[in-house]
Amino acid sequence: MPEDPEVNQNRFGTGVGNNTQRRLGNVNDQSKCACSCGCITAEDPRFAELKSYIDSLNQEQGITMPVLQEAQRSFGYLPLEVQKFISENTGVPLAEIYGVATFYSQFAIEPKGRHHIGVCMGTACYVKGSQKVLDKLVEELKVKVGCTTSDGKFTLEATRCLGCCGLAPCIMIDDDVFGKLDDVSRIPDILGKYE
Amino acid sequence: MMTMVDLNGLKAKALEEMESEGTLRVVVGMATCGQSAGARRVMETLKKDVAELGLDNVNVAVTGCVGMCTYEPILEVLETGKKKVTYIRMDPEKTARVVKEHLQGGKPVLDYTVGHDHAGNLKNLEDLQFYAKQERIVLRNCGTIDPENIHEYIARDGYAALRKALLEMTPETVIDEMKKSGLRGRGGAGFPTGLKWGFAAPNKADQKYIICNADEGDPGAFMDRSVLEGDPHAILEAMAIGGYAIGASKGYIYVRAEYPVAVERLKIAIGQAQQMGLLGRKIFGTDFSFDIEIRLGAGAFVCGEETALIASIEGKRGMSRNKPPFPAHKGLWGKPTVINNVETLANVAQIILKGADWFRSFGTEKSPGTKVFALGGKINNTGLVEVPMGITLREVIYDIGSGCPHGKAFKAVQTGGPSGGCITAADLDTPIDFDNLVAIGSMMGSGGMIVMDEDNCMVDIARFFLDFTVDESCGKCTPCREGTKRMLEILDRIVAGEGTMQDLENLEDLAENIRLTSLCALGQTAPNPVMSTMKHFRDEYLAHVQDKKCPAGVCKALLGYVITADCKGCTKCKRVCPVEAITGEVKQLHVIDQALCIRCGACFNVCSFNAIARN
Repeated sequence: MPEDPEVNQNRFGTGVGNNTQRRLGNVNDQSKCACSCGCITAEDPRFAELKSYIDSLNQEQGITMPVLQEAQRSFGYLPLEVQKFISENTGVPLAEIYGVATFYSQFAIEPKGRHHIGVCMGTACYVKGSQKVLDKLVEELKVKVGCTTSDGKFTLEATRCLGCCGLAPCIMIDDDVFGKLDDVSRIPDILGKYE
Repeated sequence: MMTMVDLNGLKAKALEEMESEGTLRVVVGMATCGQSAGARRVMETLKKDVAELGLDNVNVAVTGCVGMCTYEPILEVLETGKKKVTYIRMDPEKTARVVKEHLQGGKPVLDYTVGHDHAGNLKNLEDLQFYAKQERIVLRNCGTIDPENIHEYIARDGYAALRKALLEMTPETVIDEMKKSGLRGRGGAGFPTGLKWGFAAPNKADQKYIICNADEGDPGAFMDRSVLEGDPHAILEAMAIGGYAIGASKGYIYVRAEYPVAVERLKIAIGQAQQMGLLGRKIFGTDFSFDIEIRLGAGAFVCGEETALIASIEGKRGMSRNKPPFPAHKGLWGKPTVINNVETLANVAQIILKGADWFRSFGTEKSPGTKVFALGGKINNTGLVEVPMGITLREVIYDIGSGCPHGKAFKAVQTGGPSGGCITAADLDTPIDFDNLVAIGSMMGSGGMIVMDEDNCMVDIARFFLDFTVDESCGKCTPCREGTKRMLEILDRIVAGEGTMQDLENLEDLAENIRLTSLCALGQTAPNPVMSTMKHFRDEYLAHVQDKKCPAGVCKALLGYVITADCKGCTKCKRVCPVEAITGEVKQLHVIDQALCIRCGACFNVCSFNAIARN
């Protein structure tokens, strides 16, 4: 099933393509730490936090999504050991956890940069030139869409409509929206604000 | 526990706080759009300066979206007995001046307002053409009340409809009133809300659910976000009324994770309502108990489809299933479930309070009430507008939106997002309602209205939407999963200049098959953008296929730039060219080397003499 990412590129060049055909990733590699933030070990205190979050949900029905969201918030992504941990503590089969984690675009099974840049590809932004904004970011960050810069600082993604159509074209860095970027020369300054 | 007396008392008290004599109420629009335009810094300055000057009679409040995005950040000053003053495009410096001269000195700062009328009277937002044709039911509190303060909602008759329903009406009469009102679902399909409630009510079950669909995925639509950010209690109240009508004691709000401000305000609102006994056990002393929980989406457009949304709340992949059984019979965890969209719910409390006849006095016979549209794209007044059904597209685009910017020619307006179609100038006088929009080859959808001008290529737009559906298809049924992908491949060929006439025929064939055989509405409507652009702009498709040209000058592979005899030899284009494809001496005609040119259009954009032609 995994396709050559170059072949499977969608028009934003994200290489992620269809939700159904999202690359499965190399599961074996997930156990090793590829990022620079330190390995996630079994002793990681975040596991205990996650456990108490799961316990606080009191065996409610349908807790898979909230638990995955909490795990993603805490770990930054959902490596295999985290998915296994969730499976063991919720009783939901690992296959199902993995299925959900790979279905929704907000879950990541690979580590992300310290800052997340989402370029709005909603209709209003698109007709007002968001492709140029995306191109400029690709050029500035020297990174492909959907990837993380080599220093682990930024992850660049094309996102769905951010709902700020009055500010088109716009981008979102972490939780901040920057709008009216018709003049793409403003972009380096905006990036410069982030450490 | 809340009683009738309490609610009336609270209302009087809140009104007094908001409108007491001599008090200046200053509100800043702090919805997502306002915040990103800089409202937070305006708010900080405002609070700091008011405190420093010790202005005790100034009451500063956060409010939601006023709807006029182009003017954000917006700050308004309200004083009992006086006309409201609107300040636009504010920043900290301007705010400091307003605090000093207006709040302290009592003299409005004319420079930052929207202007005067002929008699020299100060105009505020409501005097603008933008608001003249609007009718606010859904957005009635947005931009007026503080969404984080339940008292202000109560001051505007909040929770009075719930009280009326619980104490004066039976579940049957609530449903009857909803049926009589003729309210149709604002999420897209336009199914009558009263009927939906009526299907779920008689089903016997130990548990029923009401779900608010706030998974607003249509690119270009943001009315649900605005309502959630500006008037969250209206949704809670409506869900409780719906819960009472169908016999549900539990509600879920399924909201996009991309809307952090909306989620935060909902959490605050639910907490306040619970604390005051407006949610929870034995509301208003009756036997009715109702509670609401928030569930976050995780970025899947298909979860706006009701069966996929249910799967997502159940913690599964968001994939739709066959209907029947409909959710009203077998929904969340197999129990009877009603799913209503945010904008639909925002009408409910007003209908119960003022009656179906009042609601029917707006809009048309078959589509009563109003509709909120997110006006965006190539239009002067971008923003959120609420208009009575039956208004024409021309009125919305020209009278309210004031047309395309920079004097460009209007080409089409796209409604219904990835499920809708394009409407051309020929159909601009069509009165907007659910049925008319379908008749002219588009649909209401959730209310995105994206205007396109002569610089937009319709083939490119069709490809944009199809790319969206390909990416968002859940993958369950073959026509949608594979069919849309094949259509996208064809469109990719066409915009690359490799399309054939056979491709156009295949596109139409595929479109028809996908429409007829897909499982859910996402697939069934996915071909719409292609079909409608092929119908109305066939000449553009032919230009791409036969002449290998993109008339709007968007599709890069089909573009070429040449310098005409108008060139004055200013060297501007030569300096800006990133690949040094332009040669020429000062005051001599310049030339573009077509082999080197990467068609970035930089020269075209900088030329001061219109001497660069695009073909």
